[in-house]
Amino acid sequence: MTAVTQTAPRPAVAKRRRRDLRSRVLTPYAMLLPGIVLFLAFMAAPILYTVVLSLQTVKVEGLGLGPDSRSVVFAGLENYANSLADPEFGASVLRVFLYGLIVIPLMLGFALLFALLLDSKRSRATRFSRVAIFLPYAVPAVISSLLWGFLYLPSVSPFVFLANLLNVPVPNVLGPNLVMFAVANIAIWGGVGFNMIVIYTSLRAIPSDIYEAARIDGATEVQIAWRIKIPIVIPSLIMTALFSIIATLQVFAEPTTLRPLTNSLSTSWTPLMKVYRDAFTRNDIYSAAATSVLIAVGTFVLSFLFLRVVQRRAFGQED
Amino acid sequence: MATIATTPVLPATTRTRRGHAERPSAFGTAILLLGVVYCLLPVVWVVMASTKNGSELFSTFTFAPSTHLLDNIVELTQYRGGLFWLWMLNTAIYAGVGALVSSLVSALSGYVLAKFDFPGKGVVFGILLMGVLVPSVILAIPQYFLLAQIGLTNTYWSVLLPQLISPYGIYLARIYAAAAIPTDVVEAARTEGAGELTTFFRIAIPMMAPGLVTIFLFQFVAIWNNFLLPYIMLGDDHLFPITVGLSGLLNQGATVPALYTLVITGALLSIVPLIILFLALQRFWRVDLAAGAVKA
Repeated sequence: MTAVTQTAPRPAVAKRRRRDLRSRVLTPYAMLLPGIVLFLAFMAAPILYTVVLSLQTVKVEGLGLGPDSRSVVFAGLENYANSLADPEFGASVLRVFLYGLIVIPLMLGFALLFALLLDSKRSRATRFSRVAIFLPYAVPAVISSLLWGFLYLPSVSPFVFLANLLNVPVPNVLGPNLVMFAVANIAIWGGVGFNMIVIYTSLRAIPSDIYEAARIDGATEVQIAWRIKIPIVIPSLIMTALFSIIATLQVFAEPTTLRPLTNSLSTSWTPLMKVYRDAFTRNDIYSAAATSVLIAVGTFVLSFLFLRVVQRRAFGQED
Repeated sequence: MATIATTPVLPATTRTRRGHAERPSAFGTAILLLGVVYCLLPVVWVVMASTKNGSELFSTFTFAPSTHLLDNIVELTQYRGGLFWLWMLNTAIYAGVGALVSSLVSALSGYVLAKFDFPGKGVVFGILLMGVLVPSVILAIPQYFLLAQIGLTNTYWSVLLPQLISPYGIYLARIYAAAAIPTDVVEAARTEGAGELTTFFRIAIPMMAPGLVTIFLFQFVAIWNNFLLPYIMLGDDHLFPITVGLSGLLNQGATVPALYTLVITGALLSIVPLIILFLALQRFWRVDLAAGAVKA
């Protein structure tokens, strides 16, 4: 929008404009330098490096003894083929998929419900509730996994205590069948408050005269929530959903922290745990790199929508 | 539609209507309070559990308090010469310094992207925005191998440096700069002959300040929360942040159950400062992901 539409300027003006242009180009780039350098060093370079590693493998000659017997060679897409064919990888992806199906609808459903209740004029104790429900966001995933991990132990769990009083048998939540729910609960606990605040913020942005009219017409709070408020916060819901998908794909801290308390979590329980194990326990950084790239591509495919929504909504009018 | 039929007296309509809309709903409030109970349950438990000694932990009722909180804190403090407090200090350094520098970089980049017109702006912003989508966790492993090549792993730098760049912070800073800084003000400063950096520090930063606090908080929590990066980068437990330290302690607890009380007391002490920070800076948590840009 700057120079394109203007006609050819006179020589003196042209000279000044050239100097102007130089400072207008150099100054912003100089000021962006810290951001660009950090971005290149800690985001672009690692990504490129992962791609390079993923295309290589170690070739062992002879018995694999001696310094020259092992060499790094180009492997093409072999690592990718191996990763995709690895049943452990498939199982971990499936697990994370099921995990996401539990976590995301429940977490966002409760977040929306609590946000609507906070916004409703008929609720009481809203200030206190808002702070209390948001509080888990202040607790790091490792610490929350640790707290819930203890609460899952039969000798500590208040639910087991209650069930014993009532003589009801209780299933072991850390057993192989239920451990998925045990991990999911930790994620829901940690995420409900944050997502509630996101949705609540966009509810507060709605001018209240919009539903004043509906109230005059006799609409109930539930009708107003369902017909007016929810449709308006849909963009926020899409956003939180996509952020949640990204977070789900990289679940690592919760199951890793819980592992000492249960035998039901394998070292490749989630894709990222498998990458960690391959890279550091098995010293196979090449196949770990290929698996990382697959996870990243999966994340990109799933969050492509997010980019479009954000760009259109936030910057559509500015550029 | 039915309002007139139910409230025929016109002058009282306004009061009646508001009275109806604001009549407390026991059901709604009860659901909210159930959510509160769920969210506070583990927090209340850790407060109670950290007052118990090792044998009480698994024998007395979960939520029954005991009297050993001070003993536990003393024992935790003495554990390997105060290692726990070193972990707390490390966490404060990683999260505090990291978030501060990161907010500054984000503010500068966001300000430039919002208030300057230059060739390649769209490309730069587009690439940065793609960075928002790259989970930092996926970067941690290649970052380790790259830093290992220049011998920086197992140092403070290895945890600090990768977390200084926050595409999401830059994205938010651009929104705040676009909304909070009138272009005329920047132009006026330029006409007066102020340098670009002076304009940024003297004019832009104060105007963006509330937004910058939000960016700082986001990055602070992100670093505090990041488990994988320090877990991969650090071998020396004197450099650990609290999360990696406590996770390791829990791991040893599988063979030495006496460590469980230390883990629990440590968990309590580690969330206290963060909870205080949260309550104190509550008003800065205005998280409008979708429409943050439109408010001036």
